Amino acid sequence: MAQHKVNYLQDGGAPIALTTIDKIVNFGRSNSLWPLTYGLACCAIEMMATGASRYDFDRFGTIFRASPRQADVIVIAGTLTKKHAEYMRRLYDQMPDPKWVISMGSCANTGGMFNTYATVQGADRIVPVDIYLPGCAPRPETLQYALMMLQKKIRKETVFRAIKKKRLV
Amino acid sequence: MQQQVNRLKPFFENINFEREDNTMVVNFGPQHPSAHGQLRLLLELQGEEIIKAVPTVGYLHRGMEKMAENMIYNEFLPTTDRMDYIASSSNNYGFALAVEKLLGIEAPRRAEIIRTMLLELNRLTSHLFWLATHALDVGAMSIFLYAFREREFAMDLIEDYCGARLTHASVRIGGVPSDLPENWTDELAAYVKILTEEIDKYEGLLTENRIWKMRLENVGIITPEVAKSWGCTGVALRGSGIKWDLRKEMPYGIYPELDFDIPIADTCDSYGRYKCYMQEMRETMKILTQLIPMYHASEPQLMAHAPNYVSAPKEDIMTQNYSLMQHFVLVTQGMRPPRGEIYVATESPKGELGFMIVSDGSPYPYKIKLRAPSFWHTGILEDLLPGHQLADVVTIIGNLNIVFGEIDR
Amino acid sequence: MRKYSPKDDVQQKSYFNDRFYVTPSLPKTCPSSDETHAEDIKVFGDKFNVIESYIEADNLVIYINPKANVDAIKFLRDELDYDFLMELSAIDYIKDRGGFDIFYEMLSTSKHKRIRLKCFIEEKQELESVESIFKMANWSEREMYDMYGVNVKGHHNLKRILMPDDWYDYPLRKTYPLHGDETAQWYEVDKIFGKEARDIIGPEERDQAAVDRYDTTRFARLGHEVDFGVDITDGKEPEHTPVSYQEEGGVKLFGKRLVKELKPEDSVTLDKRR
Repeated sequence: MAQHKVNYLQDGGAPIALTTIDKIVNFGRSNSLWPLTYGLACCAIEMMATGASRYDFDRFGTIFRASPRQADVIVIAGTLTKKHAEYMRRLYDQMPDPKWVISMGSCANTGGMFNTYATVQGADRIVPVDIYLPGCAPRPETLQYALMMLQKKIRKETVFRAIKKKRLV
Repeated sequence: MQQQVNRLKPFFENINFEREDNTMVVNFGPQHPSAHGQLRLLLELQGEEIIKAVPTVGYLHRGMEKMAENMIYNEFLPTTDRMDYIASSSNNYGFALAVEKLLGIEAPRRAEIIRTMLLELNRLTSHLFWLATHALDVGAMSIFLYAFREREFAMDLIEDYCGARLTHASVRIGGVPSDLPENWTDELAAYVKILTEEIDKYEGLLTENRIWKMRLENVGIITPEVAKSWGCTGVALRGSGIKWDLRKEMPYGIYPELDFDIPIADTCDSYGRYKCYMQEMRETMKILTQLIPMYHASEPQLMAHAPNYVSAPKEDIMTQNYSLMQHFVLVTQGMRPPRGEIYVATESPKGELGFMIVSDGSPYPYKIKLRAPSFWHTGILEDLLPGHQLADVVTIIGNLNIVFGEIDR
Repeated sequence: MRKYSPKDDVQQKSYFNDRFYVTPSLPKTCPSSDETHAEDIKVFGDKFNVIESYIEADNLVIYINPKANVDAIKFLRDELDYDFLMELSAIDYIKDRGGFDIFYEMLSTSKHKRIRLKCFIEEKQELESVESIFKMANWSEREMYDMYGVNVKGHHNLKRILMPDDWYDYPLRKTYPLHGDETAQWYEVDKIFGKEARDIIGPEERDQAAVDRYDTTRFARLGHEVDFGVDITDGKEPEHTPVSYQEEGGVKLFGKRLVKELKPEDSVTLDKRR
């Protein structure tokens, strides 16, 4: 016989999930987004600064994973060149569903200041992008904000992901 | 969710069925978790030892040299920021110095002092970044967080001055655009004081550490002959015992008046280079403390007076007619430098950063060749890696301080 | 009739050129004006046929015959003590002179002097590799071949280094446009998805000043955001959308607020950054 008594009514309700499956799953997905370490150019330095001590990225539940098979979100930080585009698509294909893409910085959004023969004019020509971050290089706070917007977007989704991406590819 | 079908087929590069020597080919691909950017190394391994290494670069080639032929000189300056993106002001300064030599103008004293302060702050951020990522790769992960914390303070200072943390564009052709904010020099002095203690702590953590020494000693030995043959400059050269630093040997700017030493190491290995970097950080802090009183004693002129090439100060542009007209022409058409070729090199934190400008008198340069030190520091991997173990690859790549913005331009 | 644009030099040119303006040149002085260089050019001139030599901007510039480049660089390194080959590249003068100006920029650490060795080759002429003397030429000549198409003879691995291996044409030539030709513009689409996807993905947007009011895939309507697919043509634009990174009232789960909503009044401004 237990000597202590557990007060089940303490937190305002029985400890039974009252929310839908969607909310639980989305809560889990949004609060433990594991990014792929994918720094290409200058924005990678700001991504590392975001992960460093002043702008702690780890408090969002993110752990940078090196292998795409274990990652949820890919933050394309830096210029995507045509030589690299093939490998970018391979990495995206290797990531398991559900996956999201944050395009960080002007070079990944639209090609940026490099309006040349060797730059892909926007990562959305290759992969479907969820969040676009402007800046050159964007401040770490901007990357945090983008992650929070991505979390909000994930919380609105249904488990079977009926929200279509903006691009067909 | 259905994925769009594409043409990319998987490729397997380490399956060798009929080879007799039983080597394994490992692809250290363009995406890898160490922080150095897009290097692709094809390594042939016999067990754990490397037999052949083929570095492939070009995954960040953005066509900067071609952009330079289609932009006027001032317009190209922010693009040079993105070459060595860890120490942006040093690239800006190298380009501005090259164009100033071409034009035959000299920046005024206060501008030179501010530029040198920025250069040395960039040297600090670059070396701290090097230390952070190198230690992270080798395994000492807490140094990453400590060094980035110090780096954040330096970036705060730079941000107070020019508004950007990473890609500065803080230097103009002919001088600097604006003066230092108030109390900037006091904050700089406070920062130098903090950093002196912190660097002692990092040295205490790493220098006599058994594991660090085992990982770094006798790894990546670059003999002086190999260094000269491959065109290594900067710490890769000074770590092999050759005392060559452009700031002392072929000085530019305000360096002749400053008092500092050049650290060299006689053991040609990674440990020697590490010691060089740490000592260079201390020398940089010495330079910064010398610059502060020099700044306060200088006259407040910030841009060179050369109406042909450099715009007037903003107050004149807003009030005088000819200044406005000249500024308009310089911004829309661009300035016309003399014809000729010029090669100017400065000592960036990575090595000798050179700009070869070929001008045919038009506002658009005929050719600009950017001599990036990290280009050959990556090429040397072809000769350096065979004979080392696989774990040493990461140490060597980290130790050589390569930045892909420079290599691929 | 459309405007005639010459195809042998498609880089950006100044739109206005003053008719009577004569461009000054950087002063080129005689090599004897500097002692070290005077000695160097004397010793060099005895051994090699110097077409032209002058000092320009502290560099001694020597023009030689391209066939002698290997011997000349070996001579400079061994006899005249120029121990670093800093840079080697080509300058495109195909339109004016029909070839490339190859330059080798060398540095002497003992004499603290720089020297530039130049030679002129025709567009398709072969150039001997100097890799045997300075290993740095290994990568520099590959880059020169990649960017200009200079035919380097005797190099053990003349492959493209900066561009992908199957790239067409040489990018840094004056005839190559900045935005790339057709294969360049569709390179990544063709490689990943195939030519059929060119219509699906669409051409690149190269005009940096192009603005389309109703294109929400490229232009964020800051402050007036709408969900994807909503019609926003004239008259149906929403009023100001409050931008918030969290749902109203924070994130709720299990009936309990899990993530509190941030009220700006509660935030603290630090006076000194930590």
